Amino acid sequence: MKTIKRWGPPVLLLTPSIILMAVFVYGLIVANFATSATDNHTSAQATGVQPTVFVGIGNYLDLLASEAFQHSLKNLLLYTVVFLVGTMVIGFVWAWLLERPMRGEGIFRSVYLFPMAVSFIASGVVWRWLLNSNEGEQALGLNRLFQMIGLDFLQNPWWNNISWGIAAIALPAIWQLSGYVMALFLAGFRGVPEELREAGRMDGASEWQVYRHVIFPQLSPVALSALIIIGHMSLKAFDLIMSISKPSNYQTKVPAVDMYVFKSSFDYANSAAVGAILLIIVAVLVIPYLIHTNRKEASGR
Amino acid sequence: MRRIGVVATAAAIGLALTACSGGGDGGGDGDGGDGGGDGGTDVEVFTWWAAGSELTGLEALEAVFAEQHPDLTFVNGAVAGGAGSAAKDLLQTRLQAGDPPDTFQAHAGAELTDYIAAGQLEDVSDLYTEFGLTDVFPQDLIDLLTVDGSIYSVPSNIHRSNVVWANPTVLESAGIDPTAVPADIDAWIADLEAVQATGVTALSVATTWTQVNLLETVLMADLGADGYVGLWNGDTDWASADVTTALEHFETLMSFTNTDRDGLDWPEATQMVIDGTAAYNVMGDWAVAAFEEQGVERGAGFVDFPVPGSEGQFGFLADSFTLPVGAPNPDGATAWLETVGSLEGQVAFNQAKGSIPARTDADPADFSEYQQSAIESYANDAIVPSLAHGAAAPIAVLNAISDATSKFTTGGSDLATYQEELAAAVG
Repeated sequence: MKTIKRWGPPVLLLTPSIILMAVFVYGLIVANFATSATDNHTSAQATGVQPTVFVGIGNYLDLLASEAFQHSLKNLLLYTVVFLVGTMVIGFVWAWLLERPMRGEGIFRSVYLFPMAVSFIASGVVWRWLLNSNEGEQALGLNRLFQMIGLDFLQNPWWNNISWGIAAIALPAIWQLSGYVMALFLAGFRGVPEELREAGRMDGASEWQVYRHVIFPQLSPVALSALIIIGHMSLKAFDLIMSISKPSNYQTKVPAVDMYVFKSSFDYANSAAVGAILLIIVAVLVIPYLIHTNRKEASGR
Repeated sequence: MRRIGVVATAAAIGLALTACSGGGDGGGDGDGGDGGGDGGTDVEVFTWWAAGSELTGLEALEAVFAEQHPDLTFVNGAVAGGAGSAAKDLLQTRLQAGDPPDTFQAHAGAELTDYIAAGQLEDVSDLYTEFGLTDVFPQDLIDLLTVDGSIYSVPSNIHRSNVVWANPTVLESAGIDPTAVPADIDAWIADLEAVQATGVTALSVATTWTQVNLLETVLMADLGADGYVGLWNGDTDWASADVTTALEHFETLMSFTNTDRDGLDWPEATQMVIDGTAAYNVMGDWAVAAFEEQGVERGAGFVDFPVPGSEGQFGFLADSFTLPVGAPNPDGATAWLETVGSLEGQVAFNQAKGSIPARTDADPADFSEYQQSAIESYANDAIVPSLAHGAAAPIAVLNAISDATSKFTTGGSDLATYQEELAAAVG
């Protein structure tokens, strides 16, 4: 009786959200995996006019063996690396510069953070023009700018380069999210108590040594969070690519785009398989982080 | 304990808020979606004609419908965005959920295959007899619309895909007579080289689907009507030497095009011809509207001719209307199909949209100069299905061909691989 009194209300309050999550998140994940393990490749099968057969991991093996999907995965890796390194480095440097309270700090902070408020679709429309691949007389956007300031050799086809093109799409993404990473790091810097710096200086550490050995180590949880947040955003990249490029453009294919193209071709099984692969990749990235934080919280108490 | 209570309360409040906003959105959607279904006299017409000349055309058709069927109410279910892709996504969801509109727009021909296979469309062959459409549509068209002896849609308008648009001023400055039409692709390539020598983009093209549009017209030109149609019914071998020649031509043509093509869509590519920064553009004949809107006159401002080598062929694509299985108001939908197929409906719609009627009994004098020439070709030429617009192949095949084409034109595969991938795509 006493136990029910103690646990009843919270459980009652939590039940609706648990049910919703169970059905709409975990239930659908299960349904997705189930679809990906069938041969549901045509519209007739999607509506149940024709039967589907269980094929196990056949779709996954076919996808991973196909050159087109390998190309998408390679693009995703390249995009993620450029996006991660770009935002982390720029965000960190900005935070470091703004770390000491100074005049106009608020303005700089806002200026750097503002691009995040723009939707990927809207910024994609602008960047599609900036990243126009014409060179020479017909050049537009950044290539034209390079000509005007005499840096002609920097002109390049941007996202239309078949091997590295996807990295050009990471540029607008970096532009948008560096400010966010900066905000995270800035919070990290502010979280380091002044006493620690003082103590370091008392022990004869130079200003660089204070940063190197006292402050930077305390930023590693922030860095890890930023890495996870940016990393999973990168894996889901879809809207920015769609608004700069087009779904059938080979040079900018990533798994999320493949998923969309499969879906519009009524190939639900392959579409679900691509979705499952993306989920697994994200899980590989996020789950160790969750375990790590849980352990730390447990030991902290 | 107290903390858990606070958190739980917060969660409950948060959930309640989400539920409210979610409910609000859902309610809004529901109203829009069900609008066509509930009333006995409402007819929900689902299209992607939400702007421009397409919207004007739909309104003209609606006016004729109101006249012919005053007891029924037209409900506009148009969905804007992505040249129809947003509408198709939503349609796919609604059909799967068993909530079809009364009638929906779809490209006539093979693009309907998926809906037919999924058992989502009613056979409307009987309506063709009832409305007397069998005699007024060309036999070629009826053959292309017939699947296993049944017809599943009524075409409202016809467009032509194999048209070259050119800027006469640019041609003259390259020493080319704008009134002379090259005899075949090789002769055209010679002209393109002459233009390129003057430093102007010889041939403008846009993103992948416009490249597929170019590809199909080259296939028409090099294989002839029978050979081209054979690509889709299995009579022509994709691995044959003739196809290789056509792909080589396509490769050469692509080498004359603008480098920023993958970031553009067709209006920007056609605009290059209007502005004189490109000499030629291959595009369906909806492009004529782009010239006319800007006051560019046929003859002095632009010239048009079928893609060299494909004269005598009319690469057709058509919008059409269907009768979905389980339509809430099938009688209303049938009435709509009657209006769509009627002479008045076709004339009113096509005058506004700039396409031509699928019926052959319309008076050409009611239409513009370009439309008159298209009506004449339509009556006399062999009608062949367009690939890029869903008349020739199902969506999955078109997607596979688009992927292979994009890979080829960005340098990801060589010609032999491209040909293999095309053959595999058609299967």
